[in-house]
Amino acid sequence: MDFRLNDDQIALRDALRDFCDNEIAPKAASRDEEGRFEDGLIEKLGGMGLFGTYIPEEYGGVGQDCVTYAMTIEELSRACAATGILVSAHHSLAVDPILSFGTEDQKRKYLPKMASGEWIGCFSLTEPGSGSDAGAARCTAVETDDGWVVNGTKNFVTNGADAHVTVLFAVTDPDNPKRRLSAFIVERGTPGFTIGKLEKKLGIRASSTAELIFEDCRLPKDALLGERGKGLSIALATLDGGRIGVAAQAVGISRAALECAREYANTRIQFDRPIGQFQAIQWKLADMAVGIAGARLLTYRAAWLKQNKQPYGVEAAMAKLYASEVSNRVTDAAIQIYGGYGYCADYPAERLMRDARITELYEGTSEIQRLVIARKLTTEPQWVTRG
Amino acid sequence: MDFTLPEDIAALRELVRKFAAERIRPQARQWDREQTLPDELVAELGELGLMGILTPEEYGGAGLSYLANAVVLEELARQDGGVALMVAAHNGLCLSHLNMNASVEQKKKYLPKLASGQWVGAWALSEPGCGSDAAALATRAEKDGAGWRLSGHKMFITNGARAQVFVVMARTDPQAGTKGISAFIVERGDQGFVIGAKEDKLGVRSSDTVPLDFDECYVGPERLVGQPGTGFVAALRVLERGRVGIGALAVGLARGCLEESLAYANQRQAFGKPIAAQQAIQWKLADMATEIETARLLVHDAALALDRGEEAALKASIAKLFASEMATRAGLQAIQIHGGYGYTKDMPVERYMRDAKLMEIGEGSSEVQRIVISRQLLAGANP
Repeated sequence: MDFRLNDDQIALRDALRDFCDNEIAPKAASRDEEGRFEDGLIEKLGGMGLFGTYIPEEYGGVGQDCVTYAMTIEELSRACAATGILVSAHHSLAVDPILSFGTEDQKRKYLPKMASGEWIGCFSLTEPGSGSDAGAARCTAVETDDGWVVNGTKNFVTNGADAHVTVLFAVTDPDNPKRRLSAFIVERGTPGFTIGKLEKKLGIRASSTAELIFEDCRLPKDALLGERGKGLSIALATLDGGRIGVAAQAVGISRAALECAREYANTRIQFDRPIGQFQAIQWKLADMAVGIAGARLLTYRAAWLKQNKQPYGVEAAMAKLYASEVSNRVTDAAIQIYGGYGYCADYPAERLMRDARITELYEGTSEIQRLVIARKLTTEPQWVTRG
Repeated sequence: MDFTLPEDIAALRELVRKFAAERIRPQARQWDREQTLPDELVAELGELGLMGILTPEEYGGAGLSYLANAVVLEELARQDGGVALMVAAHNGLCLSHLNMNASVEQKKKYLPKLASGQWVGAWALSEPGCGSDAAALATRAEKDGAGWRLSGHKMFITNGARAQVFVVMARTDPQAGTKGISAFIVERGDQGFVIGAKEDKLGVRSSDTVPLDFDECYVGPERLVGQPGTGFVAALRVLERGRVGIGALAVGLARGCLEESLAYANQRQAFGKPIAAQQAIQWKLADMATEIETARLLVHDAALALDRGEEAALKASIAKLFASEMATRAGLQAIQIHGGYGYTKDMPVERYMRDAKLMEIGEGSSEVQRIVISRQLLAGANP
């Protein structure tokens, strides 16, 4: 039993941390202010192999395991939460379902270009009328002689404006409640597929959150991903893994908040001493550290279970739930430690707080996570004393 | 990275879980009411090797790891926090201090009988006038020929009413601050050593807690543990390790809360369905379970660091702080889930809540833990 990263992972983490400190963190504030990723960022990340962390080498990726992937998202997010989710959504929500459910042809067609970052991926499940109630999606994909015709609107699609590839969920069998939805791979530029509104958000402002509009969008037969009618189970399985990425993002944001709050506590002088000498401040820092320590262990355990092909859905839900709530408490405390300066954009705390807020919402709200956990507990109480 | 519990520890866990369910659970309520813990139970725990978990095999112990210790304490506490605390103080305070600091002669004399459970051990640091401010302890050890005379009072000493062997921290040099504190072995029956009456406590009532009085109690040179003046540093090391055990104990109490609450929620009907079907109850259960999983990971993380011989003060304090506060929350929510029945002694959850509260206090209060953690953070350590 060992909860530590191995030596290779530590070396990778240290190199990545350097890269993040020098190349990602310095522009985090301007990215947030401008609401976009600066030109060249995606290429830079692609050059570092960061869009292919999770993709097997045979498809042009780096072939790392889930724990290493989680570590990558944590480090990126510590530098810039928006950059973290750019990479995380691409991997967890687009690469993963293609890897898990795609045909060999689909994998060969999409994964190499996704690995290099030439094609960014995204996931379109949510609609204006269905978020938590994902099964109630209304976007349709009607079968034709040579493929499918898609009509409908998806919203809140992370990476929506930066992505070339989307994994889309649409109704193929409206009268079959258990097999209503199917998954598809759709490429930007397909006639009938347009990008609509871009959301103006509280946080992760550089990350594009887009509406995707399908109007008689024709797809070839082989756009179907996985088995027809299995769309919802593909979506839910995909989201299980995505939770690990969001949990890691939340841990990264939390660490950034603790680090800057600590520095401020050590340097800000009031009443003739650094404010870190007052218990009120010490108590906040201690509680921040406790939250981060627990959140990280939950996250890595879920990642480890996934890479060892053990059931991990509940553990991932717990990690996402806990880490996201920790990140909101921690960033709130960081602002408080900064006092008035914490409220100003000149200091990082307010951006971290705004970025943290989304982690309790996307890829399954905290309410959904609690439903997932409670359902397991109440139907299988022996889970509590599992091996 | 590997989150699998080693097979031998998983087997030990099964053994203790079964033992606790069969031998402890049926009588825990009575022991809590009467503030007792039968000697027979101590003997049975000894037979299972649980009274010498961390003590080396060469001295009759089980020679197990801090991880094994954590697992055992969780399983015992699941049924009775007081039984777990008795075991924790015996192993994690008294025996731990001796294992780390006693001479070979002392180990040969004391460890085998303690490790078998024939003798129970206690550890005395706190005094009426100093708990958190342990460095200010006032019990005096005045040189008398080759030995010392101890004078003073100790307070809140777990196992004191049944212990044979006491490791006592006393001041040998009033001018030397923390470097003037030494550790001594005091035995039941030593002249001038009076064991006081049991405290009447809110919880962990099957565990006895007593004051000790020293009235020029003579101890010979063979009773000094470690070098003079090293007692305080030794005590801090003992506490750092002991608090991982308390964290594990807290996880066990919280797990008892969750298991009982799940069973109750699944069968209690209200408004035509089990209350487990209501989100208000589901939310409590989900949060309780999430916090238990988190606390266990933190406790095991600290235990594994100790087993690797690493510096673990930050991890140990984080684990103890979180697990103890989480266990109190679990206790309060468990009562709430049980409604009116949770407020009666027919259900065990009110006892778990009462037991849990101590874990926020003993072996370094939550305030002390936050001081330890923040001091490390401000000096640059990261969680």
